[in-house]
Amino acid sequence: MGQQIVNGLFLGSIYALFALGYTLVFGVLDILNLAHQAVFMICAYAALVLVVHLHMPMFVAFPAAVLLGGILGMGVDRIAFRPLRGRSDSNIAGLISSIALATILEAVVSQIFGPDVERFPLGSVPTRTLHIGDAVVSELQIVIIAIAAAMLLGLTWLLRRTRLGRRIRAVAESPKAARVLGVDVDWIISASFFVSSALGAAAGILFGLAFNNVAPDMGRSVELKGLAVIVLGGMGSMPGAALAGLALGLLEVFTVAFIGSSYRDAVAFGVLFLVLVLRPRGLLGSAALREA
Amino acid sequence: MNGPVRSLAAAAVALLAFPTLSSAETVKIGGAFSITGNAAAYGAQQKHGVQAAIEDVNKSGKLKGITLELVLEDDGTSKEQGIAVYQRFINKDKVSAIIGPTLSNTASAADPIAQQGKTPVVAVSNTAPKGITDIGDYIWRVSLTEAQVIPSALAIAKAKMGFKTAAVLYGNDDVFTKAGFDVMKAALEAQGVKIVDIQTFATKDRDFNAQLTALKSKNPEFLMVSALVEQAAAIVSQARQLGWNVPIMGGNGFNSPKLIANAGPAADGVLVGTAWNKASTDPVNLAFIAGQKARNNDPDQFCAQAYTGVLVIADAIAQAGMKGGRDDIKAGFEKVKDLSTPLGKFSFLPNRDGNHAAAMQIVKDGKFQILQ
Repeated sequence: MGQQIVNGLFLGSIYALFALGYTLVFGVLDILNLAHQAVFMICAYAALVLVVHLHMPMFVAFPAAVLLGGILGMGVDRIAFRPLRGRSDSNIAGLISSIALATILEAVVSQIFGPDVERFPLGSVPTRTLHIGDAVVSELQIVIIAIAAAMLLGLTWLLRRTRLGRRIRAVAESPKAARVLGVDVDWIISASFFVSSALGAAAGILFGLAFNNVAPDMGRSVELKGLAVIVLGGMGSMPGAALAGLALGLLEVFTVAFIGSSYRDAVAFGVLFLVLVLRPRGLLGSAALREA
Repeated sequence: MNGPVRSLAAAAVALLAFPTLSSAETVKIGGAFSITGNAAAYGAQQKHGVQAAIEDVNKSGKLKGITLELVLEDDGTSKEQGIAVYQRFINKDKVSAIIGPTLSNTASAADPIAQQGKTPVVAVSNTAPKGITDIGDYIWRVSLTEAQVIPSALAIAKAKMGFKTAAVLYGNDDVFTKAGFDVMKAALEAQGVKIVDIQTFATKDRDFNAQLTALKSKNPEFLMVSALVEQAAAIVSQARQLGWNVPIMGGNGFNSPKLIANAGPAADGVLVGTAWNKASTDPVNLAFIAGQKARNNDPDQFCAQAYTGVLVIADAIAQAGMKGGRDDIKAGFEKVKDLSTPLGKFSFLPNRDGNHAAAMQIVKDGKFQILQ
């Protein structure tokens, strides 16, 4: 039982980690960037190349790959979204062009690395374990849970307390009004993409490490759950996304434990559906919808 | 006719007859293996196996003057190329029997050509339970199916370890892992082992902690896993990470050096059935291994099975009264019984599948070793 709670919190932290970066752009700016999962995947590969081929230690490779993720995110904005901005249907057009970009990036990675799973060399992360009651927790799992918590606090702080955060919120409220007030909207969106994708990169690397499994389809396997977590938590709410991530992780684990592994996704998404019907704004979403 | 003329005539007849006789005594065998393509790693081993076997049979004189000749072709790990190679073997090279092809997938397309052309085939690496020997009465098989290896290997493990309860974990969205599960369940039941819990996962899953924890909480003494190799390594690693140290036995997906490479030290103690007991001290097996060492090849199961395929054909020729025609060999197969091969005493079952004892491997010091 204790072990299943640990398993659920760990899995939930992975979902939260993915969703937090995602929701900065999706939940706050209302831009659905379906290339987020591609950045997530590419940066796991980037860290892998740095560690395996350039023999960097993980604590150097990690920030380097995260930085690359941020830059890649700005590139995604520049290529897939900015040229379409200002069109009447820019949300849908951007969504489609980000799918296209994700597909291209995935194909390129498959070409370079092949479809097989790549792995970090044994011993590149600590494998020691701790015993808490009857549960076993690995150091890596603790690190992942801690990083997810730190990201949640950092992002909330960024949005609520910093100049950049205020501007992001201003752009989210009304790009036109923000522009009138002297905010460089394109730059703010670009900066949001940088932060969002850097977080996505961190999530990708930790995901790759957690299961020691880096493959071209790794992003796809969490993309849908990440979206579900954002909606479940309430659009644009950082604590909501984190809470929903943990809830989904625990829900899946307990479905496996008590109902059976075959029903895992059915139960998880069934609950998501119920929440949406009974509480459309999600767990921690604000009641009033923003009106543009 | 007087004496000298008569003997001269006899000599002339003998002279004339000699070349035709010698050509009649060469029996061609077509070997279709994946020398290129995805299965090339297996094909290389199979090539070593048949080449050595042809040499050994010819040298042994067992076939009393009949010489086996190998015609080797690449099936390209593809159905199309497999079919083309078979057509060449049957119509152009006029082989008496075919060994191969490497993959069941290729066999499902190429073997019907041989059945139509009434040319016997010995499958030496196809393990698909259905769709190989049921193609027709010219298709015979040396390689054991997973359904044959698992029960036999499990019996060895049970005799060694004496477990009474087991749990099973399997991928339920893949045909091969699902089929493996059915075999495991039946084998456990046949051994009188109580299955305390069954859990499933999906091919794309990376996290198996929840399933493993649930299984662990039921305290089984043994865990059987039907998974492809990528998941196999993750499952083994995560089970050990959870501090769960029961013996784990895998299906065919575990039968790969990749398991050891990917799971590292966590793979130690993992059990996998195998058709070839490489530690067997049977003289035929020792001679086979020595022969491969002399060719600078480290033989694996595929090599031993390919070698056995040639021995089976040679024995069929002998059983047919030293006749190497296509139907002679087919008729001879029916009489192959308890033939000494590197795989052990080999016979055919009534459905033309092969039958011999399987062995159990255990991962030890980063290598597959035979559980003695």
